[in-house]
Amino acid sequence: MDLQNQQRVKDAAQTYGADNVVVILGSSDAEGSGIYAETVTAGDPTYAGPLAGVPLGLPVYHVFDPAIKACADPAAWEEHIGMMEMVVDTEKLATAVKEMREQFGKSPI
Amino acid sequence: MNALSGKKLVLLGERDGVPSPAMEKVFAGTGAEVVFAATECFV
Repeated sequence: MDLQNQQRVKDAAQTYGADNVVVILGSSDAEGSGIYAETVTAGDPTYAGPLAGVPLGLPVYHVFDPAIKACADPAAWEEHIGMMEMVVDTEKLATAVKEMREQFGKSPI
Repeated sequence: MNALSGKKLVLLGERDGVPSPAMEKVFAGTGAEVVFAATECFV
């Protein structure tokens, strides 16, 4: 994850409290999604950024997780995300993030 | 009630996946507040 974005996520968690923040990912590949999810739960696995050694434990979901899709506006979803939903393996993406969340996340919604 | 209601959302989109502006639009009516949104690009 971009180092500046790591700092912004860290700031958000500190400002609002880890229990109030929910991270939603839009990555197109499962490996990348897993790394993002690991970064905001267990800490930066590359030890390069502000989240190195900082286990925020944030609740993190892929946007294609059924629990997250259920929260979205159906018409807006169809217009803005529906096309991408047809060309990626949504279950694989959601599962990659879920594995990290269940292993390292502290407060799932 | 929407499960995201009252939450502070951090949206990390991807240019070749789902960009954050698209996510902002679909979650606009959830009662959650977007506190940070970014779209990364790996090209």
